[in-house]
This record gives sequence, C-alpha cells and structure tokens, in this order.
Amino acid sequence: MQQEILLDGMECVYQKPATLTDDYLHYCPGCGHAVAHKILMEVVQEMDIQEDIVGVAPVGCSVFAYNYMNIDMQEAAHGRASAVATGIKRVLPEKYVFSYQGDGDLAAIGTAETIHTVNRGENILIVFINNGIYGMTGGQMAPTSLLGQKTSTSPYGRDVEHNGYPLKITDLVAQLPGAYYVTRQAVHTPNTVRKFKKAVKNAFEYQKLKKGTCFIEVVSNCPSGWKITPKETIQYLEEKMFPFYPLGDLKVPGQSKN
Amino acid sequence: MPTQKSEIRLMKGNEALAEAAIRAGLDAYFGYPITPQSEVLEYLTEQIPKRHGLVLQAESEVASINMVYGAAGAGARVMTSSSSPGISLMQEGISYIAAAELPCLIVNVVRGGPGLGTIQPSQGDYFQATKGGGHGDYRLIVLAPASVQEMCDFVFDAFKLAEKYRTPAMILSDGALGQMMEKVEFPEEGSLPHQVPTWATTGKKGRERNFITSLHIEPEKMEMINLHLQEKYKEIEKNEVRYETFNIDDAEIVLVAFGLPARICQKAMELARDKGIKVGLVRPITLFPFPKKILSDISKKVNNFLVIELNAGQMVEDVMLAANGRCPVHFKGRMGGMIIQPEDILEEIEKIVEQPIMQE
Ligand SMILES: Cc1ncc(C[n+]2csc(CCOP(=O)(O)OP(=O)(O)O)c2C)c(N)n1
Ligand code: SF4
Ligand SMILES: [Mg+2]
Repeated sequence: MQQEILLDGMECVYQKPATLTDDYLHYCPGCGHAVAHKILMEVVQEMDIQEDIVGVAPVGCSVFAYNYMNIDMQEAAHGRASAVATGIKRVLPEKYVFSYQGDGDLAAIGTAETIHTVNRGENILIVFINNGIYGMTGGQMAPTSLLGQKTSTSPYGRDVEHNGYPLKITDLVAQLPGAYYVTRQAVHTPNTVRKFKKAVKNAFEYQKLKKGTCFIEVVSNCPSGWKITPKETIQYLEEKMFPFYPLGDLKVPGQSKN
Repeated sequence: MPTQKSEIRLMKGNEALAEAAIRAGLDAYFGYPITPQSEVLEYLTEQIPKRHGLVLQAESEVASINMVYGAAGAGARVMTSSSSPGISLMQEGISYIAAAELPCLIVNVVRGGPGLGTIQPSQGDYFQATKGGGHGDYRLIVLAPASVQEMCDFVFDAFKLAEKYRTPAMILSDGALGQMMEKVEFPEEGSLPHQVPTWATTGKKGRERNFITSLHIEPEKMEMINLHLQEKYKEIEKNEVRYETFNIDDAEIVLVAFGLPARICQKAMELARDKGIKVGLVRPITLFPFPKKILSDISKKVNNFLVIELNAGQMVEDVMLAANGRCPVHFKGRMGGMIIQPEDILEEIEKIVEQPIMQE
C-alpha cells in the first residue's frame, strides 16, 4: 500500500513506484540490489504490467525480493530460479515472467539450469546480478570473482591454478541460439541506471514477441563482501570489474554480434 | 480435441499411469529419462501434442522438480516421474514443495539400489518416500499400487489428495509394475475438474499479490509453519488411511506387504491355507499415512506378523511400531532387483509356525 505523503503545498518531484511495497529494504547501504529492484519495478509500472507478471527470487541476498516487489512472486531453491521460471512460463505463456539471480546462484550451482533455459529459448527475462562474490553467506569466492580477488574462501587472492578462471557466463549465454537479447549493464551511476532501465524495457517488449530468452547482466557491487565503503566500490567497479566484464550489448535482435 | 470415453485396454503400468494422467486433466509434466520409467515421458511426448496439456523433457531431475514447483505455484495440475537415482536428486526440490504447500504428483518407479544399482524392481526407497526424504520435517502422501489398474486409479487419487491438502503426493511403484502388462479400465476424461487456486501466482489482477516461499527467518514464525504442517499431516493420518485385508478373522499369522509383494503374498497365503496354516494378509495402500490402527488391532489377537518386502527391511519398522511389542514381527526380503517367490514365503511361514508360541 502506497503511503500518503503530506507535501504541504510543495510540488512532488519523485515518488517510488507503486510496484514496490513499503517494506524496508534489508540490503546493506550502497548495495546495487536495491537499485536494480527499483528500476525493474519502475519499468513494470511504466509498462503497466503489474497484474500480468510473475517474478522468481533466488537464494542469495535478493531472496526476499518478493517482500519488496509488489507483484506475484515465487522463491526458488538455490540455483533453480530459471527452472522455476520455466515452469511458470510454460503454464502461463501470456504472462511476463522473469528470474532475478546472483552470480553464485546463476553461474555456479545453477549453471546447468541457466544454460538449458536459454538454450530452449524460454520466453523469459533473466536478470543476473554479478557482484563477484557470495554476498548472502558472508563474502565467499564466487565463480565470477576476479583473479587475485581476496574473499573469505580465497584469503590469499583467487589463484588461477587452484581455483580456475572467473566465468564470463554472459558471453557463453550469448552464443546460444535460444538467446534473443543479451546485454551487460551496471547501476552505479545515473547514466548506467538509465541504460539498465532501457535494457529492462527492451527485454519485456521482446518477451511479447516470443522470440527467446532475454538476459541482462548487471555488474554490481557488494560493499560488505568486498569489505570497502560503498563509495570505494564505484572505483573498484570501474577499475577492476568493467575491464574484465565490459559493459554493453552482447547480442541484439537483428544485429547479432556473434 | 475429443475427450476420451471410458475404455478397457491392455497396457504397461507406466503407460497406463501416463494415460491416466492425461485423463485426470494434467496441465504439465516435466521429467528426465531413466529406466524403468521412461515410458511415462515417451507416452506423454507422443500423446500430449495430439490432446491437451504440456510435456517438457528437462535437462535433469533437479530441473524437472523445480519446474514442477514453478508450474504448481502458478496453479497448474502438474507431475513428474522418475526412478530411484532421479528421485534422490529431486529431494531438495520436494522439500521446498512440501514447505511451500504446493500440490503435485511425483511418481517413483523404484529400481534396485543403492548407487546406480540395477534397473530391476525394488522397494528400497520406502524410507525415503515415507519418512520425508529431503531435509526438514515433512511428509508426502504415498500411495503404493499393486496392479496396472492401480497405476491408473492412483493418479486420480493422488491429484485429489495433493490438491485437497496442498501437499505433494507420491505414487511409489516399482520396475515390475511399471513394465508389466495387464488389463486396465480407464475412466472417462474430465472426471476430475480443476480450478486455479486463489493462492497461485498468476499475476496480481484484482487482488493483493501472492507469493510462494519456504523461507521464514524468524524462528517463532518457522515454528508456526512447522506446527501447521504437522497439523495437516495429522489430518491426513486421520482421514486418508487406506489398506486391504484378507483372511484376517481367523488368522494366526498375518503377512504384511505393499505393492507387488502383496500379490505374491496372496499366493503364499493360499499355499499355506492349503496346508492348514491360518494365514492372513494386510496390504497397506497408503504408506503415509500408514495403517497403524488396523495393524495395532490385529497385533492384539494374532501370534505373529511376517513382513515381506523387496528391500533389507524398511516397512517392518513401522509394523513393529504398530505392534508395539504385542506380537513378534518377522521379516523376509529380497534385494537388488530379486523378486521373492510364494514358496520362499511359505517356507518362512512354516518356520515361524514350528516355533513354540511366545507366552504373554
Ligand atoms: C543448496 C544450497 N547450497 C548452499 C546454500 C547457501 N547459499 C545461500 S546464498 C549462497 C550464495 C549466494 O551468492 P550469490 O548468488 O552470488 O548472491 P548474492 O548474495 O551475492 O546476491 C549460498 C552458497 C543454499 N542456500 N542452498
Ligand atoms: S552482502 Fe553484499 S550483496 Fe548482500 S546486501 Fe550486503 S552489499 Fe548487497
Ligand atoms: Mg553474488
């Protein structure tokens, strides 16, 4: 329920969308999850699809997404969000369906489901929040953690000989014929937020066409897991994350980049 | 598509189960091939495009059960089937489904284990099916067919019960029942109407949002959820126990067996009675809820129970609990895909009868 705001004669210049509930977010200050939630729900409001959409929350920091997104939602087992979304979409083909997943969820334990969901070309949107770490469980190494990155389970830095390489699963996904739209975005500046919002809008527009899976990676942050301040995460994103995970479209309808 | 009239056919157990599912108004099936139940997926992929519903071969049993979760949560009548190793892989998902209170049907055409085991029939998954299987305190409603006809009938019963109690139901079959052919009479299509439940996530049109979850961080809330689930299982135990008895009234020794061995026991019972030994038989049909009361009642008047299973002795523990020390509970089983013969059971009966009767 939207709270009534007493403006006392002032002009209202900003309101959170009615597609977000009034629950207090549990995210750490400066966490990208909160921004990604808000933008997703802004698009749902602007496209007027609140009554026609079902979302799937993962196991990860965004496990409680259903507390904040004022839409029908299901909470999936760790890694299985895209399989759950498949089940929903197959029995409700006219509804908009999306999964929202972290990097551990989507690119480690759920890799098989991710690849096969996209390979079947399920007409869903997968939002992939890549913060290079397991946020929820306290900052362990993720499949996407950068080489040299110190985490609670790579205390001397991620070592390629021991741990292998960071997984660019979005590049893999873009190779699959079932993928219709694949893009890598961010939410740490007003400009990247605008671009992410456009990508979400595109994805839901494409979902109507039933041409395949739309996949949006958000290269995001985790101040608590990275053990730096929210402000410092911006620098880390730009200096470390984006060079390895460059922002931009990987696959666009009509002009395949592969 | 034309709806199917009631009819009699000669069919394999697995195919009969699949045909029954279509007639029961199945909306969606998700599964992965494994012997000895692949005919279910094969039959559905052949029939469903010509009839109604949806069938999808998933990339694994893990994916299948989570697709079942999603579709059940979206209000569909949904099922999966597999055999032992595949059902083991599904356990986390089944626990989530039970916790989130979603109705669905899971079929286990059991094969011999442990490990990759054998594709031959077994009842080695009794514990897994009846005691929870996955993590946490939950139960499945478990139906154990003993004929191809019941492979058909129990599909309807399982959907009815699952939807009535918002809980997953399992048909615990075995490789022999899945593969053998018998006459089966199918009911007319459309006898089991289905409405999309009000709690389903179908898009929040004209109502508050619905969400499906099994996460309750506060221990007080989690305990409430657990208490609620246990209440529900008690209701199920009160209302839904099913079993069959044969020759109980004058019996001195009572066989207890479910599924295929119950039929073998019938033959053994006849052989024993021909020899003048008063043998009866109890066949539990629901393994959860377990027919405790009838077994408890019988334990007060018979000299012996003999439990026959195709495993190392699993249901026998539940029979012992029901007998509660009032009469001896014996066990005879075969494992690894071997099927016990009536003569083996007769021999066991004779051994027991020759022993001096225990005094109170
Ligand atoms: C089967 C299973 N294994 C492990 C866990 C523990 N676990 C919960 S969240 C998580 C990792 C989450 O990391 P990520 O997906 O990157 O999400 P983030 O918290 O970073 O947003 C793990 C390992 C679990 N809940 N279930
Ligand atoms: S632990 Fe990391 S990902 Fe989780 S809420 Fe905090 S900052 Fe965000
Ligand atoms: Mg993460």
